[in-house]
This record gives sequence, structure tokens and C-alpha cells, in this order.
Amino acid sequence: MKIFRTIKVALKALGRNKMRTFLTALGIIIGVGAVIAMVSIGQGAKKEIEKRFSEMGTNLLFVRPGSREFRGRHGGGGSYDTLTDADAQAIIEQCNLVQYVSPNVNTRVQVIYSNKNWNTSIYGVGDKYPLIRNWDIDEGAFFTEAQVKTGQKVCVLGSEVNNNLFEGMSPIGQVIRIKKIPFRVIGTMKTKGEAMWFSQDDVIFIPYTTAQTRLVGINYVQSIDVSAVEGSDTAEAQEQIEELLRIRHKIAPGADDDFNVRDMADIQEGAQESTQILTILLGGIASISLLVGGIGIMNIMLVSVTERIREIGVRMSVGARENDILLQFLIEAIVLSLMGGIIGILLGVGSSKLISQFAGMETSVSLGSILLAFLFAGSVGVFFGFYPARKASKLNPIDALRYE
Amino acid sequence: MSENNTIIKLENITKTYDMGETKLEALKGITYTIKRGEMMAIMGPSGSGKSTLMNIIGCLDKPTKGTYYLEDEKVSTMDKNRLAGIRNRRIGFVFQNFNLLARTSSLENVELPLIYSNVPAKEAREKARQAIKQVGLEGWEEHKTNQLSGGEKQRVAIARALVNSPSLILADEPTGNLDTKTGMDIMEVFKSLHEESGITIILVTHDPEISDYAENIIHIRDGLIEKEDRR
Repeated sequence: MKIFRTIKVALKALGRNKMRTFLTALGIIIGVGAVIAMVSIGQGAKKEIEKRFSEMGTNLLFVRPGSREFRGRHGGGGSYDTLTDADAQAIIEQCNLVQYVSPNVNTRVQVIYSNKNWNTSIYGVGDKYPLIRNWDIDEGAFFTEAQVKTGQKVCVLGSEVNNNLFEGMSPIGQVIRIKKIPFRVIGTMKTKGEAMWFSQDDVIFIPYTTAQTRLVGINYVQSIDVSAVEGSDTAEAQEQIEELLRIRHKIAPGADDDFNVRDMADIQEGAQESTQILTILLGGIASISLLVGGIGIMNIMLVSVTERIREIGVRMSVGARENDILLQFLIEAIVLSLMGGIIGILLGVGSSKLISQFAGMETSVSLGSILLAFLFAGSVGVFFGFYPARKASKLNPIDALRYE
Repeated sequence: MSENNTIIKLENITKTYDMGETKLEALKGITYTIKRGEMMAIMGPSGSGKSTLMNIIGCLDKPTKGTYYLEDEKVSTMDKNRLAGIRNRRIGFVFQNFNLLARTSSLENVELPLIYSNVPAKEAREKARQAIKQVGLEGWEEHKTNQLSGGEKQRVAIARALVNSPSLILADEPTGNLDTKTGMDIMEVFKSLHEESGITIILVTHDPEISDYAENIIHIRDGLIEKEDRR
């Protein structure tokens, strides 16, 4: 019997019991729909993170002090105070793959303007910071190298601080008090948006030298932001920096570094990994419903075989071979699950659109996940349809004909 | 020439069912020859082995021992798939309980054997219409089986048995589920088929009124041919 005929026979058999066909396919519909919607949420989160990282700049490297051990006690990361602005200077001068550096000294204080006050992060940074971070100035200007060198009391406001203290008024030239010390506002930054859980715009930038002497009272730096030359290998730049710092910090070969250098790829990888886990988790939970849907198909096909033993007997008596019966029932199961698959894909795509519309989450349906879901649905049909179909084909025609 | 005239040749056919500890001998050695174009009946009380014999003749079952030739072909040693092919092309079945596909039109029911012999769809449709016409059901092609009366159902079943031009029609108590009048009508259908196309018809029954239509009757009792009644 030709396959096309068999498909026709199977479709007719399914058409004879439309309600049951629909209910059987429902398991697959929900399963496939759930897989697609869930995976789209995971993929959306991944894309969102990728977007954020590329906004930050992909050629970023961070130098941070390592953890210090003192008489058997380990301090946390960053507990060394051996990183200095001289290190930063040496990095820019001696590492040919490094384009910009910015030493950082951060703190968190209360700032006051006229009768308003606001608690925010103070980032003491170098003049190249906006270039390193791909961050544009909105109004005014960022501080210059000269202003950093001389430790001027100037500041540049993040958009959120600007909105909170000045409420739409131009802040340029105004004086705000940071830890009671007056700072002149010389510029504002463009809005950068949320990063994971905090606002990147709730910040004030001042020269790191000013932060060292006026706010924090230290002579070292807390970290150094580095950007590698565009198009270069950040891993190589990282090696250059490590080599240089080991010499500068007089670290014996084999001894632990008192600093560590991480590039954006490391951090991105970490974030990617967590979204990957999210995707797998969500997809895994959704796959369970697909599996349950498959078992539903097997169940109904088994019931259907028992119910149609007479029909099978009749078909055999007029000349159906084992394979004809096997194929008919197998195709019925496959048609059921593929039909469920197609409706499920539509449902999944639709609900992922709804999720992004109403829950404000970014979702992304990839062609790959659609194909995968479709193939998976098909194999569910084959896998769970085979046993009942085989059972049907192995029936003895005499017993089947006499079955009451 | 006698070989060509013979459609069925049974040689010492036995069938033993293994019931665990005991063995049940349903057929104890049947030897018989049926001529082409005969209309004959197999009679016997229930438990006589006539159903078993019918299943073997119909290639639904294989004998335990003995040889069965259908049109000079040794079918007693064929595997299941070849037997399915034999049933498909050479044998038409008519059952007591009709055995039609439910919620399916008469036409599709009649087409069923043709589906399994790869007849092109158009030709199959044409043949099925022809067979339905032959049993006097013209105009009922699109009716679903559940909309038909018992007599009409049995006519559809006969059309299905005819459609692939088999050498042999096996009818197992074809009137058992019908009232007397309808039963006689169905027997008339068999009779005219036999007279017009000379097809071999084997009736399995316990009803003497039915076997009256046959030219030749064998009586089965306890797995053996008790007597033969040639007219």
C-alpha cells in the first residue's frame, strides 16, 4: 500500500472522531506551546544581556586587587591596597594593546543641592572613562586630564541624579555638596538604563584624584578599567597587563598575584551561563508536559487499537498485511502529534508575544526552537505510537474478527 | 484438465489447538476437492469444526498438518504476508455480522480490498461503483454504514467481497443476523452471482434452508466429513 494512501486512511480514521483527536493532540499542543514560550523567555533574557554587554563595550578589562592573606586570615577580593594610579599609568604606557585606562575610586555618600538631597554612588574615575564605557555626554563636558591631575572639585551627573536634584533645570555651573564639600557640575551623562538590578544612571562622576584625597582618604585605587585596542584580542591584552603588574608588584614566579584581571568575555560568559541554565530549566519543565502529551497519545492509541480490533480484523481479512496496519496506526499517531506540534508552535509563538507585551519581558522565538519542537513532536508520535501500532499489527485476524 | 477444474484441494487437513495440558483436535483429517464454479455448503452443528475449516479455506489460519492447494498453489506453507495477499486477490468474505467499517460510506467500504492491492484511486472508485450496482444498491454509495438496514449492509459486504474479482466467495452464516425474508433476498443475490458470473461460492451454515441453495453439501461432525450430499 502506498504511503500516500495510508496517510489518507489515517486522516479519515482521525476525522471520524474529531473530539477525541483534538483532546489527544491537546497534550502535544500544550507541551510544544510551553516549550516554545519558555525557551523564548530564556532566549530573550540572553539577548537582553548580550545587548547590555555590547552597550558597555566588549573590549573592556577590569583590574582589581586580589584577596589578601595576613597571618592565615583571608580578606575578601579587593582587600589589597597595592594597586595605584602609577600602575594605571604604566599600563597605558607599556601595554601596546591597551587604548585607555581609568583608575577608579568609588564611594557612596549623601549629596545636597539647595533643599534637596540624594544618596548616590560617587565614581572617582579618570578622564577616559566615557570612552572606555561607550557612554556619551548629554550636556556640558566630562572633566579633562588636567582637571584630574590637579584634583579639581568638579562633577558630572548621571541622568537619574540629575532628575532628582535638578528636576529638569540645567545643572551646568551649579554647585552641589558631596559630603559637605562643594563641587561644580560641569556635565551630565546620557541615560544608560538598568543593568540587571540597579540603575546605572544613579551616579556622580568626579576625578579619582579628588575622590582619593577629599572623599575616601586613600592613596591607592580600588580598580582600574581598561579598554583594549579595538579589534585586538582581549586575552592578549590581559596577559600584557598581568605580566606588567607582576613585575611592578615584585611578585616572585609561582607566587599568587595580588590582583586579578578579568575581561568582559569572562563576565559575559558568567551571565550567559546563568541565562543558559534558565533556558534549560524552563525548557526542561516544559518538556515534561510534552512527554506527558506523548504518553497521552500512547494511551489513546492503545485504547483506539482495542476499540478498533474489529476494524483491524476486517482490514486483515480483505488483505491488509502486518506492515499496512502498523503503518496506519503509526501514521495516525504521527499525524496527531505533528498536528499538535503545528498548533502548539502557533500557540507558543502567540503566548511569547503576549508575554513580551504584557509582562514587559523580552522574548525571542528562534527558528531553531520551532524546528526542534516540531521534530520533537514528530518523534514523540513515532516513539509513543510504535507500541500500539505494533500491537495492532500483531493481532491474529481470526481473533480480531471474532472480538466482541 | 481436471486440475484446471479444481479450485480447492484439501489433503488430510488437521488442526490441533494446544490448550495447555490437553490438545483439542478441531479437524481430524479432511480430504476434499472443490470444483471451480461450484456453489457448495459446509454444514455442521457448533463445535463440529466447520468454522475452523472455513478459516483454513479462507487463508485466515494455517492447518497443523496436511496440504491445501488453492488454484494449484500450495497455500498451507505460506507466511502471513503472502496469505494476506491471497485473501486480498482470491477470496471474498461475507460474515454473519457484516463486519463493515463504522461511520464509513458504502463506497469506501467496498473500496477497502482495492486499497490493499494498490489499485489506482480512480479505477478503485469505478470498480467499487460497479460492484455496488451488481448487488442492487445503486444510489446508496454515499450512505454511511450505520444508515443502512441489515439487508443493505450484507449487500455492501457482498459487493466488497466481489470487488477485486476473487476466485472464491466464502460466506459464513450470511443470513444469520437477518429476518427470513431479507435472508432469502440475500440468498437470491448469491444465486444470481453464481449463475451470471460462475463464481465459486462456499456457504457455511447450519440452516437447511440456506444449504438448499447449494449444489453440493458436506456435513462436518467432530472434525471429520460425515457425509457428502451431491445434487
